[in-house]
Amino acid sequence: MKGNRFFYYIREGINSIFNHSFMSFASVCIIVACLIIMGSFTLLALNVDTVIDTMESQNEILVVVNDSLTEDQARSLGPLIEAVPNVSRAVFVSRDKAWADFLDTYEDTSRFEGLDSGIIPDRYEVFLEDIALMKQTQQDIAELPGVTDVMAALTIMQGFVRIRNIVTIISLVLVAMLFFISLFIMSNTIKLTTFERRDEIAIMKMVGATSTFIRWPFVVQGLILGLIGALVSFLMEWGLYQLVTEKLISGAGFGFLTFLPFSQMAIPILAVFAAVGLGVGTIGSLLAIKNYLKV
Amino acid sequence: MVQFIDVFKSYENGTKALRGVSFKIQDGEFAFLVGPSGSGKTTIIKLLTGEIAPTDGRVLVNDYDLSNIKFSKMPYMRRTLGIVFQDYRLIEDKSVYENVAFAMRVIGASAKEIRRRVPYVLELVGLDTRSRRHPQELSGGEQQRVAIARALVNNPRLIIADEPTGNLDPARSLEIMMLLQKINELGTTVLVVTHEKELVESFSKRVIAIDGGKIISDGMGGYYSYER
Repeated sequence: MKGNRFFYYIREGINSIFNHSFMSFASVCIIVACLIIMGSFTLLALNVDTVIDTMESQNEILVVVNDSLTEDQARSLGPLIEAVPNVSRAVFVSRDKAWADFLDTYEDTSRFEGLDSGIIPDRYEVFLEDIALMKQTQQDIAELPGVTDVMAALTIMQGFVRIRNIVTIISLVLVAMLFFISLFIMSNTIKLTTFERRDEIAIMKMVGATSTFIRWPFVVQGLILGLIGALVSFLMEWGLYQLVTEKLISGAGFGFLTFLPFSQMAIPILAVFAAVGLGVGTIGSLLAIKNYLKV
Repeated sequence: MVQFIDVFKSYENGTKALRGVSFKIQDGEFAFLVGPSGSGKTTIIKLLTGEIAPTDGRVLVNDYDLSNIKFSKMPYMRRTLGIVFQDYRLIEDKSVYENVAFAMRVIGASAKEIRRRVPYVLELVGLDTRSRRHPQELSGGEQQRVAIARALVNNPRLIIADEPTGNLDPARSLEIMMLLQKINELGTTVLVVTHEKELVESFSKRVIAIDGGKIISDGMGGYYSYER
């Protein structure tokens, strides 16, 4: 691309934005609104995912071994449990260790005098790869010989998995919907510009301007509007996230939840916002101009 | 050079605009294309500018065969043409200079070329002193001169003027025709499409007359045979 043409495209694109300042402002606002809604749901989905990942790593199924088995026999169950699908690892906890851990949780152990580890069975702490499959894994382990009971916080886990699925579906639907809404608005903004400049475009065609030459200033216009929208929404999303996580939720009794710091997600979010903004700008402008280039 | 070889054109609504039109205009010629409304004049212009394609037959313009030209080649074909319309089609928010320079800029001419060529063309059409004016500050005749300058600025091989004097009084019409004749004398082929009898008869040029989508006469002088 020749230098003078490049500057011509940039200058014409910028001029168009200022000549149609209200519609440009409106399309940036729409992009900002759409990106913030998209971004908020994505951030929510990411946080729910993180909470669930944490729970996956922290929560285990407790597998109680038959009381009649010796410790050696109980230890030999370990490989069988680890062979069950969805089990990431199984940690053997002997009755002595379990009894000691139990006593450690109390400052005054005098009330347990006269009792010993014999009242607690050997057990395994089993960690899963995917808590969504917890129920099936629980059933599979229960069927193993020498297993008396399998205890799992199934209801809580299922609740979180359901929330994650709902948030993911809503996010995907919203992202798709809002992308098309932004595209429509952007396309119409640029269509308005092209409509006002239809005589100019006709003259350009008449004197032999190529379609590429005619198209580029409009694409530049769309790109600039998309980029401005992306940057504004990124900054607003950042502020909003900080406000919600630090002030509102932390102060309203949700302190037990941990949130991903925005800085950790800033670059991917900025990249996605920029990509969506630029994509909406480019596709919108190409859609707007295509009818004028058919001749 | 322009050549129509047995050209037929039918529109989607069934209108048969051209029925076997053939003619040839040599490089450097000046010709009038005359005919009443609905005779097929506009269809011939649209075929020449590549806005539409013939249904049958061949249209050759400046070494391009428009019957099967690739879409990507069309801009380059149009650069060999200069088109002047009855309604001038100037850009209102650009000055006279900018309107003419615009035609050069959009085909990728350098700033240096534009600075050299535009004043020359404006002087040729007698508007060198009005280059900073905007179209609405000019008379109809002056606006048409700007349109001619714009058509001329890229040094086309053929100028097509579609009813160039349709909005002008007789004195201004004559001026515009004299200007087109001067451009022709400088070597550019000129085709003037009109239905103004007096104007055609005042120039001793080739006249191609069309009616009902057919050429009804083609000869020198103020011949105007379609008159009813």
